[in-house]
Amino acid sequence: MAQVHLRKVVKEYEGGVQAVKGIDLDIADHEFVVLVGPSGCGKSTTLRMIAGLEEISGGEIDIGGTVVNDVPPRDRDIAMVFQNYALYPHMTVYDNMAFGLTLRKFDKGEIKRRVENAAKILDIGMLLDRKPKALSGGQRQRVAMGRAIVRDPKVFLFDEPLSNLDAKLRVQMRTEIKKVHQTVRTTTVYVTHDQVEAMTLADRVVVMNHGKIEQVGPPQELYHHPKTRFVAGFIGSPSMNFIPARLEEVGSGLVVRMTDRAVLPVPAARTARYAPHVGRELLFGIRPEHLTEPHPNEHRPSIAHFEAAPEVVEPMGMETLLHFWVEGHEICARFDPAVEVAPGKLAAMAVDMDQMHLIDPKTDLVL
Amino acid sequence: MAADGTLVAGAPAAAGSGRANTMQRFARRRSTIAFLMALPLIALIGGLVVYPAGYAMWLSTLNRRMTANIGLGNFEILLDSDTFWMVIMQSCIFAVGAVIAKALIGFWLAHMLHHIPAKGQRKWRGMLLIPWVIPPALSTLGWWWMFDPSYSSINWLLNIFAVPAVPWLGEPWWARFSVILVNVWYGSPFFMIMYLAALKSVPDQLYEAAAIDGATGWQGLRYVTLPMMQNIISITVLFSLIVTFANYDIVRVLTNGGPRDLTQVFASYAFQVGILSGNLPRGAAVSLFMFPVLAVFAYFILRGINRRNKEQM
Ligand SMILES: Nc1ncnc2c1ncn2[C@@H]1O[C@H](COP(=O)(O)OP(=O)(O)OP(=O)(O)O)[C@@H](O)[C@H]1O
Ligand SMILES: [Mg+2]
Repeated sequence: MAQVHLRKVVKEYEGGVQAVKGIDLDIADHEFVVLVGPSGCGKSTTLRMIAGLEEISGGEIDIGGTVVNDVPPRDRDIAMVFQNYALYPHMTVYDNMAFGLTLRKFDKGEIKRRVENAAKILDIGMLLDRKPKALSGGQRQRVAMGRAIVRDPKVFLFDEPLSNLDAKLRVQMRTEIKKVHQTVRTTTVYVTHDQVEAMTLADRVVVMNHGKIEQVGPPQELYHHPKTRFVAGFIGSPSMNFIPARLEEVGSGLVVRMTDRAVLPVPAARTARYAPHVGRELLFGIRPEHLTEPHPNEHRPSIAHFEAAPEVVEPMGMETLLHFWVEGHEICARFDPAVEVAPGKLAAMAVDMDQMHLIDPKTDLVL
Repeated sequence: MAADGTLVAGAPAAAGSGRANTMQRFARRRSTIAFLMALPLIALIGGLVVYPAGYAMWLSTLNRRMTANIGLGNFEILLDSDTFWMVIMQSCIFAVGAVIAKALIGFWLAHMLHHIPAKGQRKWRGMLLIPWVIPPALSTLGWWWMFDPSYSSINWLLNIFAVPAVPWLGEPWWARFSVILVNVWYGSPFFMIMYLAALKSVPDQLYEAAAIDGATGWQGLRYVTLPMMQNIISITVLFSLIVTFANYDIVRVLTNGGPRDLTQVFASYAFQVGILSGNLPRGAAVSLFMFPVLAVFAYFILRGINRRNKEQM
């Protein structure tokens, strides 16, 4: 087990495409770090550089105190789980898991012990004699993880390991992965484009965009204190609403004015923070879960009330999503399913202004 | 309970069997159509393969003048003749030696090509295929010139490096080597192209997984590439064994069986006996000897493929 450090790591493909544009990242021992971001942002490239499957064009990668830039994958002592599992089709499950140990000349008894131990952790003991062809997607996934576990490497690397599974199995395997990590405690770097996976698995989430790191932090911190507009919009589902608004001073307080009919008061606690930006055109950001039906017992001063007529109502079972438009901007609100709402009919809404964000549209930074 | 069960189960079962009936009729109709459409081909194969094979078998039981049926007499005479045993031996040396060399060289070439970037690959692939597309009778003639005792260009080259001239076609083992060499030159591109296709079908991620598991390049080849290609290797080897065993033109053009019939293979010897010496029934008997030999090869190779398919698929 080991720490992993990335220092100014750059990947430039031939043709001058910069897939990774100089990222710094320090991963602690035992830590579970998730790289998340939209398609093409360079997550896989970063992971593959750590694995040694891609050459590093610039900067340094350090695994367990050794700079590994010029170390081939077989000597880096890492294990990787691929999206399509990459099991050896001609080997049994047992041989698939044992292969890495056999190559490293472990003795037979030790190999058997480790494979059986991993099989027990993953509950695949009865599959050891099968070939990968005879396994379901979820079982192959487990075998792929088993192959990583038996090696007891310094670092586990996962590249979208769950994206070939159906939704139900994905949730199940997600829990499984978390359980395995809690058991073996190996430093893990996990790549996904699914922010729910990122939030649920990670000790720390690394949000990437266009080959750069946007923000690194524990899931709750990214959710409550995004630093950039990209992170604010990327984390959370359905994603945050953004509405152009003007920050104005009214009496001793501040308000955000979207239209003349939609003016919301800024909580007093934020006055000092936002004061330098009075008079500017900004983006007002609020998550759907903070835009709900009014609660009769909720009397916090930061709750603002207004009415809007939803154009689309989506009952999801555990919640109902309402979509309405303000000044041409779609806004999504999240209601309790018990509240009766109908498209086109005015509904009373409450905004929790404690949860608001203001974004500078010029820098895309959250103020 | 049971009555309910049958009732409930009965309805969909009836509907299902109705559908199955029409489906069956449909399948039957489709297979009838398919059979009719394949009929010309079946007739063609019957005419070109079954009939000559049957005719050859019947022919092989006749005497030289084809006036009387002497049963297995031709086969007995052949098995008593030293020349024929030599032909069997030479055919085996020729076919097995050539196929092994072709497979190794083909694999090596395929591996080299596979690692050339895509742009250059087409060019090289095209050039390496040339020996295979030239009619072998023609290219063999070219080789014959290069081996010619007095004008041999190969010997001329060897002389430059102070290596003594080699009697390419005059001395038995050199002649055997030469026919194999030409066959390898002609046949390797086929192996190359088959193996290249097989190499391309091995997912890159398997190599990446192997590299991470700790495999060196050689170990990747040994534990990933070869097992993944095993079926293609078996099939090409079998196919090539059959074709090489029945090879005729190279021996005929290059050595004409000489020196002293030492390079004769089944096909050229059958021609020699049947056409040139005019003993058609015995020539037929010679060529029929290829059957059992090939059948043994085919049995073992196909059994291996079958077993692997059952395990993996
Ligand atoms: N071999 C290559 N040559 C050139 N460009 C490449 C190559 N591989 C990837 N890229 C580019 O690098 C960028 C990052 O790719 P990468 O595979 O890391 O994305 P990703 O974040 O993993 O996306 P996804 O979620 O779709 O897997 C992409 O813009 C891609 O087009
Ligand atoms: Mg990727």
